[in-house]
Amino acid sequence: MSAPLLQVEGLDLYYGDAQALSGVSIEIAAGEVVAIVGANGAGKSSLIRAIHGIEKPVAGHVRFDGADITGWPSHRVCETGVGHVAEGRQVFPNLSVLENLEMGATLKRARAAETATLDRVFGLFPRLAERRRQAAGTLSGGEQQMLAIGRCLMGQPRLIMFDEPSLGLAPAIVQEMFRIVRRLNEEGLTVLLVEQNVMASLKIAHRGYVLENGRIELSGTGSDLLSNDLVRKAYLGL
Amino acid sequence: MTQDFLLSLAQAIAKGLLTGMVYGLMALGLSVIFGVMRVVNFAHGEMMVVGMYIAWAAFEYGGVNPLYSLPVVALLFFAIGYVLQRGLIQPFINRPEHQQFLLLLAIATIVVNLCLVFAGPDSRSIQLESQFDSYELGPLVFDAVRVHAAAAAVVIASLLFLFFTRTRIGKAIRAAADNHMGALVVGLDVRKLYAITFGVGAACVGAAGALMITIIPVTPFLAAEYTLLAFVIVIVGGLGSMTGALLGGLLIGVSEAVAGLLLEPSLKSMFSFGLLIVVLLLRPQGLLGRKDSR
Repeated sequence: MSAPLLQVEGLDLYYGDAQALSGVSIEIAAGEVVAIVGANGAGKSSLIRAIHGIEKPVAGHVRFDGADITGWPSHRVCETGVGHVAEGRQVFPNLSVLENLEMGATLKRARAAETATLDRVFGLFPRLAERRRQAAGTLSGGEQQMLAIGRCLMGQPRLIMFDEPSLGLAPAIVQEMFRIVRRLNEEGLTVLLVEQNVMASLKIAHRGYVLENGRIELSGTGSDLLSNDLVRKAYLGL
Repeated sequence: MTQDFLLSLAQAIAKGLLTGMVYGLMALGLSVIFGVMRVVNFAHGEMMVVGMYIAWAAFEYGGVNPLYSLPVVALLFFAIGYVLQRGLIQPFINRPEHQQFLLLLAIATIVVNLCLVFAGPDSRSIQLESQFDSYELGPLVFDAVRVHAAAAAVVIASLLFLFFTRTRIGKAIRAAADNHMGALVVGLDVRKLYAITFGVGAACVGAAGALMITIIPVTPFLAAEYTLLAFVIVIVGGLGSMTGALLGGLLIGVSEAVAGLLLEPSLKSMFSFGLLIVVLLLRPQGLLGRKDSR
């Protein structure tokens, strides 16, 4: 494995007195899909938010492409090429689809290529092009998820962190989401995927980590984890 | 008799609409700040009064018509608002509401006292050459100063509308107001946007002050009255709605003028507050407010 694109080392995060992450270390190489699986409340979203600088860890380091970005404000982290498709989609409901996408390209790194990126996003999600003038709040859940992904792509990320992209979506749309994640990876994007859908995410992941109570309990290739007894019992109900 | 009454009623309504535009601009500032940051600017009327004093001083000592000093006042207020937000209000942004309230109340009190120190308690007014000019439309007569003030308020409100719908920063401010987490996720610098928002809100109220001084005299004690009035307007119009703030301003302007005609000018607030109670009872979200607004 080449030098990691993202390296998280010994991350500790607290919400008040409650410890959300303890000593979490993960690595992602450029071009990989890495899944982080675990139960609700295991700290998966907290990990993504701590990497992004939305939550401030009290100990540990986050390095992206060699730079130590620990504790940076989230907008500066985005400028380095870290993209984030958040849990619950977090679109701007009263802004039009087009305005939502435009907000994704507010980053300095993305301004120059905005028009070209918009064409690419509309190519990827023709539905968004059809609805570009519509308020984002009027879109269906699946369409909002496409918008959230498109908005993130507008910022020209090198790494995309997906936080529960399939949550609350119809099964057919869930399949579509996983196809999109895989396609983006094939086009060269590095992917960090946090999912409650353990089976589907480990299937498309090169490697995975199991997060329990804020700690990494297991790691391995996607297929290793899928055949691991603990994972099968605890998360797949097999 | 009836015809005379109808004419004076129409005259009062026209006058109220003109003043109401300036009220609307003032309330717009409060609405923008609250709509984006969920911070209630309890020093709003105080800012208005400072805007009035600055425009008064520019006229008194420099002979500058407030319509011309207005852009400078607005810029100055933008800068003050920006710095105030960054330095003092931002640290309070996630504090409990009573602490924000006390902070802004403290700022308000300090501002009023500073006005007393520098300008004294006497009322100050300016006499423009256009003071006695008027425009006639059929049987109606419009004071030129009011017409100019209202026209300027309409221009500024339109510019503000363009700012929020056409510029990237304006859209980003709406985005941050719409979904705070979403704004962080896409990498918007929310703190900076908040400071700009407070600056824009302050510029609105400063500009409104520069216009208001052409219509009525200023005293430091007007401040609390305007803070309350701005609230009434924003709540009647609908929290967080820009058009609502303007509509609320017009309604309150008209209700004050009509009350002044039917009862007497000193009782003009009765109608506005009566209107407030009716709106709160029948349409708690305000005339143009959204039901789902947080």
